[in-house]
Amino acid sequence: MDQTLLLGLLAATLRIATPILLAGLGETLAERAGVLNLGIEGIMLVGAIVGFSVAYSSGSLWLGLLAAMLAGLLAGLLMGWLAVTLGLNQHVSGLGVTLLTSGLALFAFRLQFKGTATPPTLEPFPQLRLPGLGVIAPIFEQYWLTYFAFLLVPLMGWVLSRTTFGLWIRAVGENPQAADTAGVNVARVRYTALALGGALMAMGGAFLSLAQLGMATFGIVAGRGWVAIAIVIFGNWQPGKVMLGAALFGFVEALQLRLRAIGLPVPYQLLLALPYLVTIVALALAGRNAAYPAALLKPYKRED
Amino acid sequence: MRIGWRFEKAPAPWWLRALLPLLAVAITFLLTAALLVVARANPWAAFYTMLIEPLTAPVSALEVLVKATPLLLTGLAVAFAFQSGYYNIGAEGQLYAGALAAAWIGQLPIAHTLPAPLVIGLMLGGGFLAGMLWAFIPAILRARWGVDEVVTTLLLNTVMLYLINGILNAFWLDPVTHWPQSPRIAVDYPILVPGSRVHLGWLVGLTVMVAGWWIVRRTPLGLRLRAVGLSQDAARFMGVNVARMTLIAALVSGGIAGLAGVGEVAGIHHRLLEDISPGYGYSGIVIATLGALNPFGVGVAACFIALIDVGGQSVSRQLGIPSFLADVVQATILLTTLALLLLTQYRVKRVRR
Repeated sequence: MDQTLLLGLLAATLRIATPILLAGLGETLAERAGVLNLGIEGIMLVGAIVGFSVAYSSGSLWLGLLAAMLAGLLAGLLMGWLAVTLGLNQHVSGLGVTLLTSGLALFAFRLQFKGTATPPTLEPFPQLRLPGLGVIAPIFEQYWLTYFAFLLVPLMGWVLSRTTFGLWIRAVGENPQAADTAGVNVARVRYTALALGGALMAMGGAFLSLAQLGMATFGIVAGRGWVAIAIVIFGNWQPGKVMLGAALFGFVEALQLRLRAIGLPVPYQLLLALPYLVTIVALALAGRNAAYPAALLKPYKRED
Repeated sequence: MRIGWRFEKAPAPWWLRALLPLLAVAITFLLTAALLVVARANPWAAFYTMLIEPLTAPVSALEVLVKATPLLLTGLAVAFAFQSGYYNIGAEGQLYAGALAAAWIGQLPIAHTLPAPLVIGLMLGGGFLAGMLWAFIPAILRARWGVDEVVTTLLLNTVMLYLINGILNAFWLDPVTHWPQSPRIAVDYPILVPGSRVHLGWLVGLTVMVAGWWIVRRTPLGLRLRAVGLSQDAARFMGVNVARMTLIAALVSGGIAGLAGVGEVAGIHHRLLEDISPGYGYSGIVIATLGALNPFGVGVAACFIALIDVGGQSVSRQLGIPSFLADVVQATILLTTLALLLLTQYRVKRVRR
């Protein structure tokens, strides 16, 4: 394969993997604490829309990103109230959160840009080139959020396996009774995991509108939240392997984009579906013996 | 001696349970009124336009039934799967599979020569089968290897959207307008109420509703399905083939969702379009939950959500409020109902201690 083509492919892989990786890490945090957050698709959309709207009206990308993460954090807390405090069915309440948050985001977006005929755009974050890499330099011309996302992987691995906070998260996700007996506040840890996770999901969404595209549309997330859920299972709830899942999806998507550019005699929409199909196959192969966090989907109530 | 209040796990009094839907609507009104104020609209006027006005004229009231037709079927599809413990979130994709089959059968040359009832029968059968086929992939992955069906059904929804898009653009591009749409089908669903758009699909929905209730509540198969839904381990212990029940629940659910797609093609659009469903499959989850997974409850919930959809469009047209208001109202009602259902499991008791 041509060298520039390969380098371009790898660069695109990292870029496409970024939002899914960020959201996937957020979901990992929530699920390791025992809560499935199906609000992810809606929270990513909230991140994309709120980030764009605030950045557009304030002129500051950073303010937009901050607002997006704050909104994601709040959505995470809402999920916590439903799943932790009330102990509702996590599938249905999570989908409810997706419906609610996407409805709210689109409502506000439509209201803000009511009179505008053309979709508004903004100048996105610049790409940063890492110095001194020689031939492979083109791969590392990325948005800073991409570097951040990949650096977050070892950091989260370390937090989960080596810190007290990580121990608490794993404890409430595996055996909340034991954690409670040991004096860990189960609800507080789950809320914290959901809030931080929500902020990361929204960050993933904001990457789309504030970096990759420089604009926001109704369909901007396009099922990426569901892909993130899939790679968390694929990655066995370990940040490193979740990253591999995100990279796999990113690579197939990047490949698909190149194939479209060459002009295969296949309708390009079928190529668009390819990464999702590969995700399902990967899940079928890797997810068979998935070791789910033992307390996932189970609300915790202290026995009196 | 002190007197205090205590929560006790016991069914709430009947009047509270009966009041529940009204309470949910009232709370939703309070929560969403803030949005309307932000949008500079009068919340009273908006909610009147949304929930009351459509029912004051026969034309719009019948339009609610038209909207309720696909919602009833997707709601029943989701409820059937959920009560067997199978989380089919893929009704949206299965609906499109059914629509694709109906559009394909309906435009075949032979459809122009066969008697109309036979063509309709073929479209229904083909649509049911196509929905089943699309539901088979996640179902077999779950039944054989325990792959989580929530994720796979969600992903397959996206795959189906691209698939439909690809088929329309590659094979069915309109030769004159270059619009991605299939040829017009030869035979339409008959209209039930002259002068309205209420079509045969409504009867199909009602039939599935009664049949679903009969199967689930009155047959040994239904008993096994519900047993699996309550506890897989207990069902297995009773000698129920859990994998088989999961497969049946998933396939029937997919088939029912496919019928919703048939109705949209044969009753409304008369051809396949990219956007025949604005998320009926996802609304089906809301409806199944609001209907407490009971087929008749699902029927009522489908009409109610359809009312919100039709009313939401009026609000959007008349008051210039984004139509996404309907989505927000739907989601808020879902979440408040879920929360209020908790209340019905408890009663407050005065105790001496």
